[in-house]
Amino acid sequence: MRRVVVTGLGMVTPLACGVEETWTRILKGQSGAGTITQFDASHLPTTYACEIPRGDGSDGTYNPDDWMEPKEQRKVDEFITFAMAAAEQAVTDANWKPEAEADRLRTGVMIGSGIGGLQSIAETAVTLKERGPRRVSPFFIPGALINLCSGQVSIRYGFKGPNHAVVTACSTGAHAIGDAARLIMLDDADVMVAGGSEAPISEIGIAGFNACKALSTKWNDDPVKASRPYSADRDGFVMGEGAGCVVLEEYEHAKARGAKIYAEVVGYGLSGDAYHITAPAEDGNGGYRSMEAALKRAGLTPADVDYVNAHGTSTMADTIELGAVARLLGDAAGKVTMSSTKSATGHLLGAAGAIEAIFSILAIRDQVAPPTLNLEEPAVETEIDLAPLEARKREINVALSNSFGFGGTNASLVLAKVD
Amino acid sequence: MSDIADRVKKIVVEHLSVDEAKVTENASFIDDLGADSLDTVELVMAFEEEFGIEIPDDAAETIQSFGDAVKFISENS
Repeated sequence: MRRVVVTGLGMVTPLACGVEETWTRILKGQSGAGTITQFDASHLPTTYACEIPRGDGSDGTYNPDDWMEPKEQRKVDEFITFAMAAAEQAVTDANWKPEAEADRLRTGVMIGSGIGGLQSIAETAVTLKERGPRRVSPFFIPGALINLCSGQVSIRYGFKGPNHAVVTACSTGAHAIGDAARLIMLDDADVMVAGGSEAPISEIGIAGFNACKALSTKWNDDPVKASRPYSADRDGFVMGEGAGCVVLEEYEHAKARGAKIYAEVVGYGLSGDAYHITAPAEDGNGGYRSMEAALKRAGLTPADVDYVNAHGTSTMADTIELGAVARLLGDAAGKVTMSSTKSATGHLLGAAGAIEAIFSILAIRDQVAPPTLNLEEPAVETEIDLAPLEARKREINVALSNSFGFGGTNASLVLAKVD
Repeated sequence: MSDIADRVKKIVVEHLSVDEAKVTENASFIDDLGADSLDTVELVMAFEEEFGIEIPDDAAETIQSFGDAVKFISENS
């Protein structure tokens, strides 16, 4: 099987627009949480979220005009604009904007989303109801469809290889990277731009997740404390927004053009819970099996894992995942660091797996595990180091990133240092 | 220029992000002003909105240029 490496990174997160800006802030222990500013949320049970810092583009702020013409932005839901920003960063970082047709034919795109153009759908439904079908925009459908992130990116750069989109709720980003890597392994492409994007911070998004009792509601007065994975008093996840994209590349292709290589995608595992629409199986067997499958594919043992970027959403499911990881690691549990970066970014749903794969890659690059914020009183005892409050400098050669989604869909990625 | 032409021009400039000087009598939305077929659908919707008229689909298909739009609206509003 052909080897696949990561040669470019891009992200827009609640901490910052940009990979290095986000990473610096996450290592410092900063949180992206605050009272919702995009709409008046005061009538909802949850009034806070992790919003992207919008601004003029300076100091890590996100200015959509830097990434997409205002005329084009008007025709798409924001999740597509986020994806354009992350993809542009990633292909620039990888120095991969080929002009040759042969290169473009061998470059594909696989950017997914959990929900897609939720706000556009909500607004258009109101237009339809109040003003009738003739007032529905011709750009409504192509602006809301999930695969239009991949479509728009391919059109911008002329990438004519596989064009695909993953939709597996909160596992989307991880599945997209894993599936795209497989397309390269199987020789369907040499380069893939892969990741996830999500723009769920809207009235309908918050109301919907409030209704299924998934969101934190207790921290309206102190939002930065709300995302507290593994804490005894955690009460649900904090909604995030943004996008993450990586450039995946066949190893020899990357070497031949002298590309900077961040890490290798050595393992990818998938599983289904077959249990419940929103809750994980209580013994965590779905997550266990996806991790086990990813390690098997990597040809590694649990003892080889240095860092786990947990799914860890700050819900009751945290301890289920922790139990599954502890069982998987067995005697090696005491030497592993596992953290939840959702404590800082909130939960980016379909983008979460993508930005967390990037954090895992940067953990390998910089030999440091990002912290789990707000973890003062763990809900359970564990041998695993959860990197509470502060980043942990340590040797990291192999990182495992978990993503689990509604419907009982699980994905695990194993990323390794390339010597 | 008539009031109608001014209002049509403003819509075209806003929707297509083009320089006002380019919006001439014979300027074709698609060939000269960078619109695609979906942009023209949206333009027609904007004209309907601005002038409080309904432009049937068969008529909309004949509105290809700035001049066409001004002419149709002048005759039908």
